[in-house]
Amino acid sequence: MSVKFEKVNEGEYVLDVTGYVCPHPQMYTKKVLGKMKSGDFLDLVFDNPSSGESIESMCESEGDELVNKADEGGTFRWKIRKL
Amino acid sequence: MANGSSAEAAVTGAVSQVGVGRLHRGTAIALVILGVVTIASLWVLSVDQRLIYLISYLWFGLVYGILLQYGRFCMASAVRDLFSVNVPRMAVGVMIAVMLYSLTAAAVTAAGVSPFHPHPLGWHILIGSAIFGFGIVFAGGCASGSLYKAGEGNGGSMLVLLAISFVQAWFVSTGTWSNGLVPSSWAESAAAKGMPAQLSVTDGWFDQFMAGYIWDLSGTNVASMLGMGGTAAGAFIGNALIGAIIPSAVIILVLYAVYFRKGYLRRAGLQPGNVSWQQEAYGVWAMLTSSKKTAFAGLGLGAFAGLQMWVVGGLRDKYQIFNFGELLHKMGYNSGLSMQNTVFDPGYWYITTQEAQFGGWVMKHLGGNFDDTIFFGLENGLPNPLMNAPLLMSLGIILGAAMISLVNKEFKWKRPNLETAVFALAGGTLMGIGARLALGCNIGAFFASATNGDLTGWIFLAGMALGSYFAVRVMNWWLERKSAKEMDLDLDNM
Repeated sequence: MSVKFEKVNEGEYVLDVTGYVCPHPQMYTKKVLGKMKSGDFLDLVFDNPSSGESIESMCESEGDELVNKADEGGTFRWKIRKL
Repeated sequence: MANGSSAEAAVTGAVSQVGVGRLHRGTAIALVILGVVTIASLWVLSVDQRLIYLISYLWFGLVYGILLQYGRFCMASAVRDLFSVNVPRMAVGVMIAVMLYSLTAAAVTAAGVSPFHPHPLGWHILIGSAIFGFGIVFAGGCASGSLYKAGEGNGGSMLVLLAISFVQAWFVSTGTWSNGLVPSSWAESAAAKGMPAQLSVTDGWFDQFMAGYIWDLSGTNVASMLGMGGTAAGAFIGNALIGAIIPSAVIILVLYAVYFRKGYLRRAGLQPGNVSWQQEAYGVWAMLTSSKKTAFAGLGLGAFAGLQMWVVGGLRDKYQIFNFGELLHKMGYNSGLSMQNTVFDPGYWYITTQEAQFGGWVMKHLGGNFDDTIFFGLENGLPNPLMNAPLLMSLGIILGAAMISLVNKEFKWKRPNLETAVFALAGGTLMGIGARLALGCNIGAFFASATNGDLTGWIFLAGMALGSYFAVRVMNWWLERKSAKEMDLDLDNM
């Protein structure tokens, strides 16, 4: 089990941090969003509920848009559009 | 048309059945947990009604667990997320909880049933809390956070709990080998206490730390400092307003100015140099309510933490006891009591000491001897976990968190990988040592202290923040190193 970061299309990336607890998911998300360009999309996959609350606050603070939130069986798939 | 409608209805029915089935599975397991806890509680009460004292801890634990998981309420996040991702959400939630708990605690103090005693003031708080704060970043949660995350099925957090439990039990019973690390002034002071020979207080680092250092310190609260000790005015104005609410309000304003204001002004379309105080006030309110779950949990925890003090204080009055050990002794349960016939029984929310008792109880049954330690032998005892009221509160937190995460479909068994397992054990080890040095964790030494007018709680928070700050720097270094090896972050050439 390791962190996976991939480009799926132009301007679309996937970050999979399932299996990781705080603070890994939010720190990896911040790191990756910092590298992405404005308008790029990030599909974020994680399973640590408390990281979600922090990531949501981080997006609100930075102005990044949470386009979609899907939660299934303890695994969260969120789509974030970078400001 | 009719066929189409029925086909559509069948599909809708099937879908809703799937949905209901899923909902029922998690909810059903949660209801089974609730049912088992209820039946077990009723059975215990049928054995002896005085065990309501024990059961009350368990049920407060359940409520804490539900609130902690619902609000993702973790005090590690309060300091760590500030330094790592610039998010003040949890720090704000903690301050909300502190303000409300200070008021409910003041009401309990004014009613004359508060079980709270101020902690001794000394350097041990800053040193212990800094070690604890360093550990929580690697453990992925604070003492209470690790309990509720264990309830979510997080294996890493379960390892943290084991590390905290056994490391504390080992640390408080350090033997002869550690005598060389004891300052001579502690050894002399410990020897002069005239304690019973079977405690061997001049043997072992922790015993001499307690008898030769801690016992020579004293603690107080703001009400007493202002000459208003034992009065309602002292409880509300001294302990709550001056000791907790004003410091919390100042921290909230600092959090707004440093972490929230810039983003808020951008979202509100305001220019930084041209903002009225009303707009600033709206900004502070927006920060307080930005995570409604966290704010709600903060209010709930503040209310129930105060209520627990009132309930335990009332039960002590009813049974004419100062400590649950006396009640156990009266009922004929003498196994595991300290030599003073006491057990650990804070009367309010606490986490780490009962975990140390769990570790010690297991180690004792594997052949360890803890009777000569101050921590277990003289003060806290080593009762059977099922008769350990605060430990049942911790179990309640795990079960409460499991119940609500099952209902909300957030429960998931998560087996730690090697990296998270090593971090969990290392973090839990530091948390255990830090908590024992500081005489408590983020709950007992900070949350329950700062809210009762004991200013040592704020010293603990400062030390915890300091330790977390350095741990975040180490964690950043680790993630940089790891991502450079395992992840391609050169986005332009992907």
